[in-house]
Amino acid sequence: MLEPIKITLDSLNLGTVAPMAIAIAGALGILLTDIFNKDKHKSLYVVLVALFLIFDLFTLLAFSGEERGFFDLMLIDGISKLSQCIIIIGSIFFIFFSLSKLRFQEFRYAEFFALYLFAVAGFQFMVSSDSLILIFVGLETSSLAIYTMIAMHNRMVSIEAAVKYFTMGALAAAFFVFGSMMLYAVTGSVELAQMAQILSEDGFLVVENYANYAMVLIGFVFMFAAIGFKLSLFPYHIWVPDVYQGSTSAMAGFLSVIPKMAGFVVALRFFEIFIHANDIIIQTMLYVTVVLTMTIPNLIALQQTDIKRMLAYSSISNAGMAMAAILIGTHQSTVALFLYWILFTITNFGAFGMLWLNRGKDFDNKSTPYSFKKFSGLAQISPFTASMLAMFLFTLTGLPPFSLFWGKMYLVASAVNASYIGLAVIIIVNSVISAYYYLRPISYMFLRDPETEFKETKFMQNGSTPIKSVVGFTVILTIISVLLIDPLLNIIDLYVSNSGF
Amino acid sequence: MENILSMLIFFPAAAAVVGFLIDKNSMRQFGVVVTVVEFFLALLLWYYFDTNEAGLQFVKSFPIISAYGINYIVGVDGISLFLIIMITFMTMIALIGLNEKKGEKNLIITMLFLEMTMVGVFASMDVIMFYVFWELTLIPMFYIVGFWGAEKRFYAAIKFFLYTFTGSLIMLIGILYFGYIYYQTTGNWSFSLQEWNNLILPFNLQFWLFLAFFLGFAVKVPMFPFHTWLPLTHGQSPTIGSVILAAILLKMETYGFIRFSLSLFPDASVYFVGFMAVLGIIAIIYMAMLAYAQEDMKQMIAYSSISHMGVITLGVFALNIEGISGAVFLMIGHGIVSGALFMCIGVLYDRRKTKMIKDFGGLAHNMPMFALVYIVVLMASIGLPLTIGFVGEFLSLLGFFKYSPILTFIASLTIVLSAIYMLSMYKRTFFGKLAKPENKTMKDIFGRELVALGSLTILIIALGIYPKVVLEPLNNSVTQLTKIMEIKAVNEDTREKLRSLNSIGEAK
Repeated sequence: MLEPIKITLDSLNLGTVAPMAIAIAGALGILLTDIFNKDKHKSLYVVLVALFLIFDLFTLLAFSGEERGFFDLMLIDGISKLSQCIIIIGSIFFIFFSLSKLRFQEFRYAEFFALYLFAVAGFQFMVSSDSLILIFVGLETSSLAIYTMIAMHNRMVSIEAAVKYFTMGALAAAFFVFGSMMLYAVTGSVELAQMAQILSEDGFLVVENYANYAMVLIGFVFMFAAIGFKLSLFPYHIWVPDVYQGSTSAMAGFLSVIPKMAGFVVALRFFEIFIHANDIIIQTMLYVTVVLTMTIPNLIALQQTDIKRMLAYSSISNAGMAMAAILIGTHQSTVALFLYWILFTITNFGAFGMLWLNRGKDFDNKSTPYSFKKFSGLAQISPFTASMLAMFLFTLTGLPPFSLFWGKMYLVASAVNASYIGLAVIIIVNSVISAYYYLRPISYMFLRDPETEFKETKFMQNGSTPIKSVVGFTVILTIISVLLIDPLLNIIDLYVSNSGF
Repeated sequence: MENILSMLIFFPAAAAVVGFLIDKNSMRQFGVVVTVVEFFLALLLWYYFDTNEAGLQFVKSFPIISAYGINYIVGVDGISLFLIIMITFMTMIALIGLNEKKGEKNLIITMLFLEMTMVGVFASMDVIMFYVFWELTLIPMFYIVGFWGAEKRFYAAIKFFLYTFTGSLIMLIGILYFGYIYYQTTGNWSFSLQEWNNLILPFNLQFWLFLAFFLGFAVKVPMFPFHTWLPLTHGQSPTIGSVILAAILLKMETYGFIRFSLSLFPDASVYFVGFMAVLGIIAIIYMAMLAYAQEDMKQMIAYSSISHMGVITLGVFALNIEGISGAVFLMIGHGIVSGALFMCIGVLYDRRKTKMIKDFGGLAHNMPMFALVYIVVLMASIGLPLTIGFVGEFLSLLGFFKYSPILTFIASLTIVLSAIYMLSMYKRTFFGKLAKPENKTMKDIFGRELVALGSLTILIIALGIYPKVVLEPLNNSVTQLTKIMEIKAVNEDTREKLRSLNSIGEAK
């Protein structure tokens, strides 16, 4: 007779899923509200989302218990908490973009906001587990929500973007499952910690153990490709520019930072096993990918004439730089990764926010509202808008004393300290290349006179007070960032060392 | 007067922020008032400066990023004191002589921000802070060249930005690596220059770090072969941009050599003397030849600037008291002289909208006052005795004579060569018949222009006759610097070399 399965509620450690449960409850609440009340204004849902996310954040911060729960599926360790904080706070910021002045199709549906919360919950699951199954479920939950949200914009380009993203995402999901299967076949576990143990104890990562080594490598390559799709690493980055261009600036900004934060944590947990194994093939593969991810999109960005598309390429290149931190694999570089990504979130939020504010309705599927030409002479029409956008672009260039400089500096320092001088030089060279394309829109805005064909263009058409205030807030954060670095470093350091990276 | 340095740094920036509120027709007056106050603050700094004390004064520090050892540290010694005074003075003169009508308000606000970053560079004693100010100078300069410049201004502005950005980023790697070495040896993170100075490095580390810093500085000096951005930028930028670029921005890097390379890497500095001297001499001879070939007056002065920067490089790498003091004095002198030259060209350009030498001729007939001022400035640039240019050039070359008489002989051709191109330019512009009808109506300088150029001329002659006011405090700090180098040197031959270089004027 089978032994009856006895599970106490205590052993589940429900606290570990409480934060995500709140986000999901919020989403369901929004859906219910919509069923019983038709045509409510979007501001209701925006505030509800913000409220639930804040609630979510506080539950997370209040969490203090056993870090494992649900039969070891959940793992709320330091980096999980830290990345969840970044994801939630970032999402709170981004939801305010929905309070735009112009009316857009997607914001008329309550489902958009419910999906937003589902996506956030999915990211939270992704970062707080070391079981490949739960990571996969989290990844798919969030990705499916995002495909839908992009398509809800209801323009041809958006639907194209959504389909493109969906196809690529489906391929990545398949890779993920296939890679997990391979690794499971070799090690008999889907939990990263156990997998690492078995791999190192049984010597699966040595060439002598040929049959298994090949299996591990194949598994790694598939997983790498899957993560690469999510993080937009070269050569899996091709979907990025089209998807960003098809989605609204608000959505593109969200896509460029929040999902990648979750992706980086997964990458951190997964690659850690292999980086410390000192396997030459895997090391080379990572190194080459990181270098190409930084360089190739930078070179393509030089040719762009549209700010949003340029920012899409720049965010790929920035993801490459953050990925370099994972490659280096020291404690300092992990701290650098989080610092870099926090500052990059602030900066990219500001940059895409400025684009979102300046979005008009006077363009069709073929044209773009963000061409360089349209912005020429902006400094004379609206000096304040121009200065703010220019400041964010200078920040992305990595000019001191603005926020991203400190992230880049810390990253380069961690590379130098780990004797990756070559990598440090490559990062620097890429900063210079990127300086050129960031300078181009600035030179259009500040150095040229307004173009005659765009004389009638109105700027800040989409600007409502809430959006302006959050963007203004990030402007202040960017300027005073030098004072934020010290506390940020202390917090990150604490959390990262808690989880042993 | 404890916080006077912080005031000096941030007063122009605060004024610039407030300046947004001022009506654009009254902006010039505001700019002049602010820069005059700033200049008086700098004079006050001099007044409270203890000239007998060789070390840093007015030091203030508080932590910014303590987890990584980055502090806000300011301080000033005899080397940086006069450079700071020169910056505030030249910015004031540049604003007094300003003749730009387009977007005047933005220009003045930009200038005030630029002044903050420039003073910041010379007052920072924390390397990261130095780097922050150093990079920040790029944004205002980019805007000034790119917006108020001539036809090819976009290209010039972007080229300027990219060249200097590349150099300084390589320097950043050097800085971070040095910080890491400091951490490994002492267990603490620190980027304070004073604390770095306590660290003695092995030769091969010095070698690589010297190169990293060298690239950062050399692009901006600019040294051959990194010089191509400068004539272009000068040629395209407006008068005020050229004045600031030549007078101040180019001095940041030779200052960087003195402040960082010499004291942090003494052995590497001695090792590289020959290399630097060759680069300096190439700059002197080759750029002087290029200057002679220019048809555009401004390009000519730009090339002559690079040529004179070669002399400064030689002076710095003479590695003795005479050479380094002479180089610093020449930095101040060249700042004033080249600023004055660019303003003179600005005067001509405002009247005729051309900078080509062939478009002028016989101007001495209707612009006697201007002709007088111009010749004094030209003579100072050539290095005529009793002008400010002579003292610096003489001391720099005297210092280098100890290292190699032959190279010094070649380098002293600078005086002959600059006399050739400067005087022939003067002849074609001012002497001869007043043939062109457009030139006949040109008015002599008056009012603001006279004040600006006149005060520069007076200073050129005054400091040429009595340079001791500057040289004495300078000597104290430089003597200390050479002593530090000697103490810190790891190789015995370096020490020997430094001792032998520093024996000018000693009894045999």
